[in-house]
Amino acid sequence: MAHRFPSRSVRAMAGASFKPQHLDAILNDAQPGVFFEVHAENYMGAGGPAHAALTRICERHPVSLHGVAMSLGGPDALDPDHLARFAALVQRYEPALVSEHLAWSSHADVHYNDLLPLPYTDDTLSHVCAHVSQMQDAIARPILLENPSTYLLFRHSSWSETDFLREISRRTGCGLLLDLNNVFISAINHGTSADAYLAAFPLDRVGEIHLAGHDTQADDAGLPLLIDTHDRAVPDPVWSLYRRVIGQIGPVPTLVEWDADLPDWPVLKAEAHAAAHIMHSLSAMGRRHVA
Amino acid sequence: MPPPISCIASPPWAAAMWRESWPDQSGDITRALRDADLPAPAMLAGRDGAAAGRRFNVYRNNVAHGLIEALGSIFPAVKAQCGEARFADAARLYLAAHPPRSRLVFEHGRDFAAFLDAFEPARHTMPWLADLARLERAWLDAYHAEDALPMQPATLADVAPDDLAAQCFRAHPAATVIVSRFAVHDLFEAGRAGQVIATPLVPQACLVTRPALSVEVRLLPGGGAVFFSALLSGESLGSALAAALAAAPGFDIPAALAALLQSGAMCAGPDAAS
Repeated sequence: MAHRFPSRSVRAMAGASFKPQHLDAILNDAQPGVFFEVHAENYMGAGGPAHAALTRICERHPVSLHGVAMSLGGPDALDPDHLARFAALVQRYEPALVSEHLAWSSHADVHYNDLLPLPYTDDTLSHVCAHVSQMQDAIARPILLENPSTYLLFRHSSWSETDFLREISRRTGCGLLLDLNNVFISAINHGTSADAYLAAFPLDRVGEIHLAGHDTQADDAGLPLLIDTHDRAVPDPVWSLYRRVIGQIGPVPTLVEWDADLPDWPVLKAEAHAAAHIMHSLSAMGRRHVA
Repeated sequence: MPPPISCIASPPWAAAMWRESWPDQSGDITRALRDADLPAPAMLAGRDGAAAGRRFNVYRNNVAHGLIEALGSIFPAVKAQCGEARFADAARLYLAAHPPRSRLVFEHGRDFAAFLDAFEPARHTMPWLADLARLERAWLDAYHAEDALPMQPATLADVAPDDLAAQCFRAHPAATVIVSRFAVHDLFEAGRAGQVIATPLVPQACLVTRPALSVEVRLLPGGGAVFFSALLSGESLGSALAAALAAAPGFDIPAALAALLQSGAMCAGPDAAS
């Protein structure tokens, strides 16, 4: 049984996390004008309401498939069952975008259900590149790899995160998912500069941008520790980074993530439309990037 | 211009503080994630080379909290019956003894009912929790089960009366029977409405189905569990009815046939036209 959805472009589109709670509101919305991103793992059951909902969304909107459990950054071999399930989803829904994380979540056959950080060394670089290539082979298309938000660093990292991502992209041909909330979180958490990070980031490899909200806590020394919660509106400093990047490289498919303390659909839609507005107004000013 | 996020120079003594390979290092990290009594691995640093401290605890809490929350979303009625704090305690012990293997969170908790069976605090005060967990796990399995068209009423109507007893059906992928010494149906309904039942001591059995997109949990009358279990295991209609009558002499055959057609538990048998 092969569903064939119209091929839809997400170029210059804004999108929002798809949450089943919003399904009816989205279907009743005459002009949502957005693409939707789903966590791939939530659609890896055999059948039922999850697939029925995603099928209806796919009939009307471009969809982005965002994996959270491939554990590309882990030392273990990728799970062949998980690769096969992922490939089946790509084949079934023909998503406009496919992405995963520079992180790990499984170890020695135990699933930790979190995006854990890795050191950036020659050793981990080869692990990650082999895994990204294996995933791309399995799904027969390139993925976008997302920069993480981190709360700590590895003393023995020998690569900067931006160089590490650039090198993975160069070796595997994968694109990059630039999560600006993660850039901001990591910069505050490590006392570094988000602007400097973006200056060093291979922006020419960016195929999607993520925007989201975060929580503010403190570490042992009382220094700010931002937590990647996806439970609120995109804060101003993240919007500023977004304007800067879009001004520099032009429109890029942009997703507003909201995974907890969900608002009503119109609130989430307004966030996505705010991103679309920034893309369109900046490109109207003639600062469109020539790719 | 401030430097981008990058490495922190290791002091000369540091190399001896952690193992060399990423497989070993990640093993040390997961060990510390699982055991809050262990310090954060020395290879990890906070800001400006400070000890990781509370920053490592963010990951510890994310992992523990995330997995406990996931279990709570699979077993909301169990959580409601035992209360948030006691559920979290039981979940923590369960997850330590049975670390989740699946990357699919909706597959977690497969051993939770068996764990609760043997869990001393629950055995003494709420011995019904394990069966309630079985019913909730069956509910989620039905939710994600393969789609299939249940048997339509016409399928039975077309069968000659003499041939009815010999009819066999295929189990719908979502259908399960859960039998309990306790009022597991009432516990399920109440728990999912956030209510608590103090002494659910009546035996109950449930049929879980998903004829279309909604999971249905039916309270079965006496003999109903025998009837549907027999059908689901491939026995003929006649033999399932006979078994139900033997188990419950007052077994209501017309009501059972109505439930057979309404519940969506069965698909047309291999011989019927699809």
